[in-house]
Amino acid sequence: MQLTVWTYEGPPHVGAMRVATGMDGLHYVLHAPQGDTYADLLFTMIERRDRRPPVTYTTFSARDLGGDTADLFKSAAQNAYDRFQPQAMLVGASCTGSLIQDDPGGLARALDLPIPVVAVDLPAYQRKENWGAAETFYQLVRTLAGPSAPAPGRPRPQRAAGVRPRCNLLGPTALGFRHRDDIVEITSLLAKLGIDVNVTAPMGATPADIAGLGEADFNVVLYPEIAGQTASWLQRTFGQPFTKTVPIGVSATREFVEEVARLAGVDASATLASASTRLPWYSRSVDSTYLTGKRVFIFGDATHAVAAARIASDELGFMVVGLGTYSREFGREIRDAAKRYDVEPLITDDYLEVEAKIAELQPELVLGTQMERHIAKRLGIPCAVISAPVHVQDFPARYAPQMGFEGANVIFDTWVHPLMMGLEEHLLAMFKDDFEFKDGTVPSHLGAGHSSPVADRPVQVSVSESNIAAVWAADAEKELHKIPFFVRGKARRNTERFANENGVATITIETLYDAKAHYAR
Amino acid sequence: MNVHVQGCPVVANDLPKPVRRESGQREVFCGLTGIVWLHRKIQDAFFLVVGSRTCAHLIQSAAGVMIFAEPRFATAIMEEKDLAGLTDANDELDRIVVQLIARRPDIRLLFLVGSCPSEVIKLDLSRAALRLSQKFSPAVRILNYSGSGIETTFTQGEDACLASLVPAAPPTRTSEDQLLIVGSLADVVEDQFIRLFDALGMGRVQFLPPRNTAGLPEIGPNTKFLLAQPFLADTARALEDRGAVRLAAPFPLGVEGTTAWLRAAADAFGVAPALFEAVTQPYRIRAERALVRYRDLLGGRSIFLFPDSQLEIPLARFLSRELSMHLVEVGTPYLHREHLAEELRLLPDDVALSEGQDVDLQLDRCRAARPDLVVCGLGLANPLEAEGMTTKWSIELVFTPIQGYEQAADLAELFARPLVRRAKLVA
Ligand code: SF4
Ligand code: SF4
Repeated sequence: MQLTVWTYEGPPHVGAMRVATGMDGLHYVLHAPQGDTYADLLFTMIERRDRRPPVTYTTFSARDLGGDTADLFKSAAQNAYDRFQPQAMLVGASCTGSLIQDDPGGLARALDLPIPVVAVDLPAYQRKENWGAAETFYQLVRTLAGPSAPAPGRPRPQRAAGVRPRCNLLGPTALGFRHRDDIVEITSLLAKLGIDVNVTAPMGATPADIAGLGEADFNVVLYPEIAGQTASWLQRTFGQPFTKTVPIGVSATREFVEEVARLAGVDASATLASASTRLPWYSRSVDSTYLTGKRVFIFGDATHAVAAARIASDELGFMVVGLGTYSREFGREIRDAAKRYDVEPLITDDYLEVEAKIAELQPELVLGTQMERHIAKRLGIPCAVISAPVHVQDFPARYAPQMGFEGANVIFDTWVHPLMMGLEEHLLAMFKDDFEFKDGTVPSHLGAGHSSPVADRPVQVSVSESNIAAVWAADAEKELHKIPFFVRGKARRNTERFANENGVATITIETLYDAKAHYAR
Repeated sequence: MNVHVQGCPVVANDLPKPVRRESGQREVFCGLTGIVWLHRKIQDAFFLVVGSRTCAHLIQSAAGVMIFAEPRFATAIMEEKDLAGLTDANDELDRIVVQLIARRPDIRLLFLVGSCPSEVIKLDLSRAALRLSQKFSPAVRILNYSGSGIETTFTQGEDACLASLVPAAPPTRTSEDQLLIVGSLADVVEDQFIRLFDALGMGRVQFLPPRNTAGLPEIGPNTKFLLAQPFLADTARALEDRGAVRLAAPFPLGVEGTTAWLRAAADAFGVAPALFEAVTQPYRIRAERALVRYRDLLGGRSIFLFPDSQLEIPLARFLSRELSMHLVEVGTPYLHREHLAEELRLLPDDVALSEGQDVDLQLDRCRAARPDLVVCGLGLANPLEAEGMTTKWSIELVFTPIQGYEQAADLAELFARPLVRRAKLVA
């Protein structure tokens, strides 16, 4: 058993739902108790979808367990077929459904529906959401596209002269972090290169579209966590190569452009020359000096975390002090990246471990998921969200991709904004003696009614086992309050940590400045 | 208008009303969801779900993906190896509880909450609770109940939780009659009721659940209890097993419901009608006045209630009698005929009641009726809005203080707001 309050990933059948909900013309019949229907609200509330997910739950209850749960499944599947007339059906069980061992695949086959039925067996007690999505996508593609696979060993036919190259975009799902906008961005980038998109899947695809995946010349893997396995299978089966670069950030987008151009046999120079993004100039502008060396902690799914580390370090001039992921399947990618920034990789799905790490590292910015946003808020550290799991505010009304050149612009804004605290830091430093910045003054953007800035409240975090709280001498406390509010929280924590590590029982003015010198960079 | 501001008995009709019973796909939460409000209510309790990743994900999603920094609930997620052998699972559970209590020394009451997987594999949580109680008492009391989706819907989790508290409650120490209010109410509502009962001279009133474990009510044959929520069948039975007597009443929603509910207690405790009249009248008048503008907004409009919290029937009674709304269909996950007898009598003769759910069929009926307002769960609300219907998501009715006189207008406002919004939006 694992004790947890929050989980980064849902169960694997929620991954399957993300695939099914992203698609059209597919229906998922899920053997599950009634409470599992909560998953609908992830889509209808958090993502604000205007339709119910195409999922029928059997919603069996204790009194059904005697024996007729199999019949329940069959009638639910038959009714779902009759009502929704899908092109294909997905069947499976949630964690409880799998315990009662009804074999949804076999039961659905017995119904002899006139459509393809794909049974996905998702080991709910071993695996999690992204794995479930990847496996579901893979099984769907195998079943639906498999029949049109060429004989093994037959080479891909040459593209006829004058025909534009075509690719598939693989990986976007419902409830994905900015998947909706990434598709738009990448599709238009490819169009500029003269490349057409054959199918985008699972998002927006029908089972018929999936059957035609083999017609493209190559595949673009947008989200390796979801599409990696499928892309390898398509390569083996249809001889389609696939992209390895995920176009998040300016450099990665440029590499991506070169990579697809190579796969498509087109010339990328015009596109690269005309590519416009403000991120590089904004990062160079004098105003961004204060971003230099900001200590940033990064945690999320592997793809977004690796991309974030690269952008943070190379394109914004931050210092990566921590890097981690909950995607255990992608541990290697994170370890490789962590080496580049000379940090310990953190691979865990226990958010308490992440919290302890953030508390220990005291970064100046956290880039993470909804969980890290929460942790950062508690610790008084600015935070931006870079990865699922997310909340309703991460499905903005405006166009806000993460990928491509526009994605880089969006990223600059969203990451830098939390650091601004409503005023620019160098100006605050210049005016720090101004009475407005004295105690209790809150940043103007917080308005009236906010009693004291979050960062000033002492935060109870056990940094280490041997944490004996040092006491502040009155004059040291007074001195602390002369430090502007927006760095005071950090100064307090650094000083307490310094005192703790050096066995100082009473914090004096001297301790304060000793600590300041100790942590100065 | 047929609102009964006066203290006269309400006009009731006793004809049994036909109920459509449906079973098919449900669209309700499971009983685990109750944790989200119960952990706020019982301030030194902790809820440990023994379940799967799905259960953890449900609570997290129901709690709005982390509104609470350090919530008093968690999940012990079972893994493959726990399913293999049960002795293993018990050891694992003990290990987790030790870990938890070390991390949260403020816990006085720990609920082990059963889920579908723990029930299907027959993990005996009552035995585990006994075993762990021996280890941790008296510092921590350990109880268990089931919030599983195969046993409970949504609010029934609270019922199961409260029922598990009853055996832990001490016996009464006096022979005088005592009033017990059963069902979690917001603290502010509780305080309002305490003041009212004081004014009626009814002596000490106890509450279940208590705000703190130390405040567990005394229960015995001289306990008379009023249900504050319509979904407490098991709790009522457990109380009756201890000799307590249920006072039949409608539920304290709206002016009429609150008055009748208070009167049931007042009558049982021999409060003089004149005193009852004198004490409640100013409240009734004030609440009535607050309701007027909502009656203008809502009167004559049609409403369809999907089954969700079991609050539907008292709500329908309030909506039809105090706000003059037209009830198209009133769904409830489960209908307790005895506890709701007083409510059912107050519903219009032709009301369409449904129990259980086949959500697709019910959606068909709802679409055909095109009601002015639909009350439904979060999974249905946005899709129905997208179809042009106006919805009120029902979970707010569980989380918001809606009982009592002072909240009658707030309750009406919850229904008026979606209509006001729809009328305002031009784009
Ligand atoms: S329905 Fe059962 S398995 Fe699903 S969340 Fe509720 S208790 Fe857990
Ligand atoms: S705001 Fe968040 S928590 Fe609240 S209902 Fe919407 S999705 Fe759920």
